[in-house]
Parts: sequence; C-alpha cells; structure tokens
Amino acid sequence: MKNAGIDIGSRSIELVIIEDNNVIFQKQTESGYNPIERVKELTSNVQFDSIMATGYGRGIVEVAFDYPTITEIKAYGAGATALHKGIRGILDIGGQDTKVITLNENGKVLKFEMNDKCAAGTGKFLEMMATTLGYTPETFGQAALSGNSGIEINSMCAVFAESEVTSLLAKGCNRQDIALAIHQSVCRRAVGMIRRQNISSPIMFAGGVANNSCMVQLLQKALGSEVIIPKQPQFVGAYGAAILSSVTAVVGI
Amino acid sequence: MADYTQMWSELGLDNDNHNALLENLGGAYQSIFMTQKSRPQGMGYFDFVMSEAHGLRIQELRDEQAAGRKIIGSFCVFVPEEIILALGCTSVGLCAGADFAQEEVEKVLPRNTCSLIKSFFGFKLGKVCPYMEVSDLIVGENTCDGKKKSFEIYSQMVPNFYQMDLPQTKNGGAKPMLKNEFTAFISKLEQMTGNTLTFESLKQGIDTVNAKRKALLRLSNLRAANPAPISGLDALLINQMAFLDNPIRFTEKVNALCDELETIIASKEGAKTVNAPRVIISGCPMAIPNWKLPAIIESTGAVIVGEESCIGERGQRNVTADTATTVDGLIDAIVDRYINIDCAVFTPNQERVDHIQEMVKNYNADGVIHYGLQFCQPYIMESFSVEKELENKGIPVIRIETDYSQEDMGQLSTRVEAFIEIIK
Repeated sequence: MKNAGIDIGSRSIELVIIEDNNVIFQKQTESGYNPIERVKELTSNVQFDSIMATGYGRGIVEVAFDYPTITEIKAYGAGATALHKGIRGILDIGGQDTKVITLNENGKVLKFEMNDKCAAGTGKFLEMMATTLGYTPETFGQAALSGNSGIEINSMCAVFAESEVTSLLAKGCNRQDIALAIHQSVCRRAVGMIRRQNISSPIMFAGGVANNSCMVQLLQKALGSEVIIPKQPQFVGAYGAAILSSVTAVVGI
Repeated sequence: MADYTQMWSELGLDNDNHNALLENLGGAYQSIFMTQKSRPQGMGYFDFVMSEAHGLRIQELRDEQAAGRKIIGSFCVFVPEEIILALGCTSVGLCAGADFAQEEVEKVLPRNTCSLIKSFFGFKLGKVCPYMEVSDLIVGENTCDGKKKSFEIYSQMVPNFYQMDLPQTKNGGAKPMLKNEFTAFISKLEQMTGNTLTFESLKQGIDTVNAKRKALLRLSNLRAANPAPISGLDALLINQMAFLDNPIRFTEKVNALCDELETIIASKEGAKTVNAPRVIISGCPMAIPNWKLPAIIESTGAVIVGEESCIGERGQRNVTADTATTVDGLIDAIVDRYINIDCAVFTPNQERVDHIQEMVKNYNADGVIHYGLQFCQPYIMESFSVEKELENKGIPVIRIETDYSQEDMGQLSTRVEAFIEIIK
C-alpha cells in the first residue's frame, strides 16, 4: 500500500510517499501564491492509496480535495519518531513558525510551544536578515560561520531587527559578524523555548532552517546534549503525515 | 429588524460606521452561530435578542428612560447590579469585544494597549455603540492599570463618567474599602434619580440578580453532561446577553432553555458527539462580539463546557446572601459576595486556580485553554502559574495569547487543533 503525506507550509510544499514505511518518492516545491495549484501539480503524476495533509495550508486542501488533515505538531512528532526511535523533543524552525514539541518515550506529543503571530525567530526572519545583508538563504549560514562573536542583536521583531542591522552596517561592522549575531539571537530564542519545556535528550532539529549549518552548530553548542539532524529536515512533516496516513488507512478510519 | 435609523441618529451614532459594524456583526453571527448543528430551540430567543441588540433592546431602554429610569453602563462585573436595580435604574454592559476605528484610537492610546480597552475607545470614537450613547451614567472601575489610566482619557470623551475604586488585595482593609465605594455609588445614584435606597428595594434587587445567577449556574451544571447538551458558543452568547437583556425576562428564558436541555440530556443527545474532547476556557473576558477563539475551538469538533471568565462563571457564580434584616446588612452581604470575585488584578489570587480545577472536575473537562489578551498584564502574568499548577495536577493546558484581529487565525487554529489532538 502506498501512503502519501503532504506538508503545505508557508514557504514550501513537500510530498512524501511511503510503501511499507520506506520512502519511495519525495518532492519539494515552493508554495507560491496559489498553493492549491501547486498541490495539484505535485500530486498529478504520482500514485498513492491514501493521503494525509498537514501544514499551514492543510485547511485549503481539506476543502479542495477532501484530504484528511492533522496538525504539523502531530506530523512532526510521528515523522521524528519514525526517523529516530526514542526522540524526546523536536525543534522545528519553518517558514513562519518556530515550534518546540515534547514527546513521551512512545513518541506521543505531550506539550508544544509555538511563536506568536509575528515572524520573530522564524525562517522568514532569517531570510529577511539575509537579504538585508546581501546573502541568499543558502549562503547565509556559511557566511555567519566565518564571522566573529561580539555583536548582539537584541530585537526579535523582523522590522526592528532590520533597522538594528542597518545601523550596525552604518557603524562599519563586518557583515559576517552581524550574520553570526543574527543566528545567535534566533538560537537563543529557540533554546529558551526548549529549556522552558524541560525536554529530555535526544532532540531533533527539523524544518527548513535545520539545513543552515551555523544554526546547527550554535544549537549543538548551546544545548550541550544530543541534537539529531535528519538528512532532509524539511521532509519530516510530510513523512510523518504519510506514516499517520498509513496507520489510519490500515485501521480504516 | 425594523428601521431604527432615526433612533440611532438621535443617539448621535455615525450612520455609515454603524451600518458597517452591523453588517460585519450580522455576517460573523451567521457564519459562526447559525451554521452550528443540533442547536436547542430555546436559542431562538437569544438569536432574536442578538439580532435586536442595537434595535429593539435600545428602544426598550429609551422607553424605560422616558418612564423615568436611568441607564447605567459599565465595563466590569464589580459594578453591583443589585444596587443599580434597587435604585430604579437598569444596568447594561458596554461594548468592548471588537476592533473599531483603530486609527482614531491610536491617536489617544499607546499601540500596545489591550484590545478590550482599545475597543471601547473605538466604539466611542467611531460613534457606534448605542449602549454607551443611551447610558445616563458610565461607570469605570479601577481594575487593571490599563483601564484605570485609560479612564482618565475616556472620561474626557463622555459627559457622564463615574469612577469606582477597587481593592487590589483581599486583606483586612479590602472589605471596608469596597463597602465605602459601594456606599458612594449608592449616594451617586440616589442623587441622580431622587430615589432612596430602602430595605425592600435592595432586597428585590438582590432577588432579581440572584435569580439570574442561579439560572446561569443551572445552565453551567447541565453542561457537565456527556454529550454536552449545548455548544460552548451558544453558552457564551447567553452569558454575553446577561449584560444586555432585561434581567427578569432573561432569567425566564434561560430557565426555559435549561428545561429543554434537561430533555436533551435525558434523550442522550447533544450539541456534539459523546466523544468530543471537552475543554474549559479560562482567562480574559470575551465581550460581544468576541467569538474568535471559541469558534476555532469548536470547529475542531471539541466542545467548550465552561468559561472561567467574567463573562462566564467568574462573574456569575456565588449569589448574594439575602438573610440580613437591615439595609446595612444587605450592603455587607453584597460586599461579601463581590469581594470573592477572583479577578487577576488581585494579589495573591490562588482562589482562581482552585476554581479552574474545580470546573475541570465538575464539568468533566479534558483540558484547559488559557486565553490571554495581548498586553493584558494581570491575566498573562498569572497564566504562567496557572499553567504550572494545572500541569502539576496532570491537567493538560495551553496558553493562547491573541487579540481581536483576524490575522493570526491560521496559527491559532494550528495550536488549538494540536492541543485537541493531545487531549483526544
């Protein structure tokens, strides 16, 4: 049986298809301005017996295609547990959300925390800061790794942080150093959320921002505990949805 | 609805603004309330009151005024309705549940003020609240700092403002202080109306308000049944109407609805399925038409079985003892009743956390959704200790912080749905 999971995020959409718990297909595309069209394109030439949608845009596909849905929280919980048995917590920094999820020893979600409605500390925040400093999101982490510590970015609001960065540039600060400071500020916030939940080790870092090498290094250093980075962190949600789809397909709900 | 344009003009409402508000309200009401399945028939009355909230009900208040009654508008459950009724006046809750005329509001208030305060400024500046305009006296109470300081500004905008002070603790000095304030309020109303507070009139005021509270308590207790006989949205609406409707008629209608709910329970039917996750909402009050969070919660299939809120059980539980034999004794009883309200402006406030746990137990709830209005210092600060204590007792809890805007609907839905997935 082929079970699909689709994660419709604010920045990107991921589709994963599994068969007997093995991934047989996966693809990512940008969400763009018409996510329904994107979902159609993504699912048009592939075969699956059941599907489960998750992510910010799950509601629209529930209406458009009658897909069953679950929240990203549950999807990440299922995906992370399937990838690494015994995982006890997840940090997911996505396009517009930062989430910290506590799991019990069986992978059940016990508790979670999400950032408030602004973009503070999210992937979108990093992307905006990268643009201000003239980097692409892909090169931003690498550039930050070559920076020196010492500068502190205090503002977590994307708008205020931008003016903070602009005034640092005007002072003649090195842009790599500022890049590092921005990563440090996002890391501090994420670590704060993790500490508040008192999560046991190991913790998985998932979501698109887990591809950023500087964030990974800073997080490992700050937590001092085991941080698992999946090979393709942006697919964890879709993978989890596919697994949950296979479970409900078997049970026949 | 009949044509009330002339009445609204006479009250000084801005017709364009007011029409825009009514249109919005009507649309929201339709999509949130009228699409619910399995509603009790008794809700028809409350639908009607809601549809006539700015029409017939205002007409009634104006008729009362013509017959010599005074209308007392207020923002808080600390303003004693017993006393208002006893002095031949009518009590109404003022509008504070939606954003309006935000740009105008931000000219006079800091941006980082809670939505509730901004709302009543917006309703005043946009000239869209008939209750504010029909009121002969507007009572502002010193609860949180936000309200207290904003009333300094608001009182310049209305010709008939009266300020009531409140204690911040419940130590020995609190009751004499509250009694002092209630006595001053009595003098103010006596002077306004020319009436004198008598034992009989106060006793009758107490009886009327107690009957209303008992009816609402009866409604609360019926929600303990599984399946819940009424949706949380409908129950919230009834609690919101308690501040607008004629108290005697309202009490009759709530009791009639409760009779119907008893039949529904006996037939094992209900507003939601027997498996619906059950939650208590706790925190800031949800004034009309603030239905955002309850609508999200119940759209997930969960059912709200209690509101630990001023517009809900915090405001309505506990009746006033009616056994005293003198006016002074009755006033003491009123003070005793009101001092027990466990608003987060009090410190310490352990009673509130205890009450939340009591509600979880009494109404067979699976979890608590703590609702804090952004920038509401008392409730948001208290939410941390509430969360901690509930977690220690093994009660699932989530803290939600939001305002009256619609822009965080997506994120709120995700949080609420994920919480419901956890407690399922």
